[in-house]
Amino acid sequence: MNSIKDRADLIAAAAKKMGKEVFSNGFVKDSTPRFELQKQAGKVVTLEEAIKKSGLKDGMTISFHHHFRGGDKVINMVVAKLAEMGFKNLHLASSSLIDVHEPLIEHIKNGVITKISTSGLRGALATEISHGLMDEPVVFRSHGSRGYAIKSGELHIDVAFLGASSCDPLGNAAGYSTSENAKSICGSLGYALPDAKYADHTIILTDDLVDYPNQHNAISEADVDYVVVVDSVGDSSKISSGAIRDTKNPRDILLAKQAAKVVMNSGYFENGFSLQTGSGGASLAVTKYLRQGMIDKGIKASFALGGITSHMVKLHQEGLIDRLIDVQSFDKVAAESLMNDPKHKGVSANEYAAMLEPGSATHYLDVVILSALEVDVNFNVNVLVGSDGIIRGAIGGHPDTAADSALSIIVCPLLRGRIPCVVDEVTTLITPGSTVDVVVTEFGVAVNPRRPELKARLEAAGIKIVEITELRDRAKSIIGNAAPLPFGDKVVGVVMARDGSVMDVIKNIAD
Amino acid sequence: MELKNAMAGTLESGDILIQIAPSDVDGLHIELDSTVAYQFGEQIKNVIINTLKELGINNANVKATDKGALDCTIKARVTAAAVRSTGVDVWA
Repeated sequence: MNSIKDRADLIAAAAKKMGKEVFSNGFVKDSTPRFELQKQAGKVVTLEEAIKKSGLKDGMTISFHHHFRGGDKVINMVVAKLAEMGFKNLHLASSSLIDVHEPLIEHIKNGVITKISTSGLRGALATEISHGLMDEPVVFRSHGSRGYAIKSGELHIDVAFLGASSCDPLGNAAGYSTSENAKSICGSLGYALPDAKYADHTIILTDDLVDYPNQHNAISEADVDYVVVVDSVGDSSKISSGAIRDTKNPRDILLAKQAAKVVMNSGYFENGFSLQTGSGGASLAVTKYLRQGMIDKGIKASFALGGITSHMVKLHQEGLIDRLIDVQSFDKVAAESLMNDPKHKGVSANEYAAMLEPGSATHYLDVVILSALEVDVNFNVNVLVGSDGIIRGAIGGHPDTAADSALSIIVCPLLRGRIPCVVDEVTTLITPGSTVDVVVTEFGVAVNPRRPELKARLEAAGIKIVEITELRDRAKSIIGNAAPLPFGDKVVGVVMARDGSVMDVIKNIAD
Repeated sequence: MELKNAMAGTLESGDILIQIAPSDVDGLHIELDSTVAYQFGEQIKNVIINTLKELGINNANVKATDKGALDCTIKARVTAAAVRSTGVDVWA
């Protein structure tokens, strides 16, 4: 005989050897219809319950994404709730912070938030921090560096609060919703993916709880602990504003046309090339002017990367760009394309731009067009701190794409009002000159001396080449000499380099 | 020189709004609000003062709201405000 009863001793011996219990069959089957069961799934709770269940304690790190940009409602909502519940001394690690996050000032003053890690700061929050609001300096990382720091554990997240435009009761979440109750859309959730994967606890906030299974989800239920239904996670109409508006400024258009001419004559404008445009009116507009060149020469791009815009989507739909790789959808058209088009792929911040992630997309990028607040005579770029010493921008993927691309082009006007954009030394170092190849201004194009072959190609194409020092001198001759800024002695910000080293610090401005 | 309240300029980026008013006390009193005050405040005040003096205006209250205007723009706006304030055409 060889029944299970006969094998009992052997089972017990095997269990003992493996250090396991012997199976005892006490299973009670739940016969609730599954459509009802999923609605009762224990993950769907209120925000307060989710916070309590997550085990969040004073001093821990909370994280957020900024895919709704100026329309984001999650950060203010969650931090207000945390303040109400009496939390103190929290470390807020957002993929970025914008003007709309001004209410954080009060939470910092009240000791709810005592440390911040972000890619950028803008508006009143940035101004206050520049004047020394916080004791602890803000840690700034690029998008690629943030993703990698989360993966490596350098930036450990205790609880991630991630807004999603759709989520099912088990936590499958996306930046769009295909249901008829869809309230918001932000497209890619690229910056939220490292958080969801590596945070100790992940809470999804959604304004559209959909039936299981939420298809084409960016975030998997396996990474989600709780789901919170809220009235609104964000106003999608405010995504395409501020730094990613569609420009009508004639000077931006002139710069964009000139940058497109540089791309087309750079030697990289070949069938199968890949392309990215950074935020800022002029850089985003370059795509429009490359389009005609691609049609005329019969050139097609293999992929476009990054902040995907409606211009990129148009070229993709026309067959000029084969695939779109999207870490952040810059407008509603891009977000809808991500939802509907299988060749438009979302990507996590790591796989987008981490230096130490071998497969990150930036490593396979040919051309990137980026903006700048300041460029100096050594081709160093600042995109974070204004020429008045006040923080007013974001690192974004600037240093990641400049370093990894075969050709990095900076577009900036010579002057913004009375502020020079080509200077002796940048106020804050964000993207080292060793990674920058070309600077396009309305007074001529400067090529990094490292790239003589590039300079020769552009000259041969009849593009006006100038020395970068000529641009600096021209700016000075128009505006006069600037008085030095009244920096204090307090460090209000630390800029991390791509490899995890410290690149620069930002001092406070004393009034 | 007899002055009336007058202004010239706009609050657009790259421009400056100049408001001139008569003053009971001697001298030119400049109240400057500028987006680039840290670096260019003194330079902007000097351009305003020199432009007014060249036009023979030595006593006035001037309110200047600057949005990063270049010197040539500041000079043009101050001149236009002065002409409106004095009624004396300097371009004829």
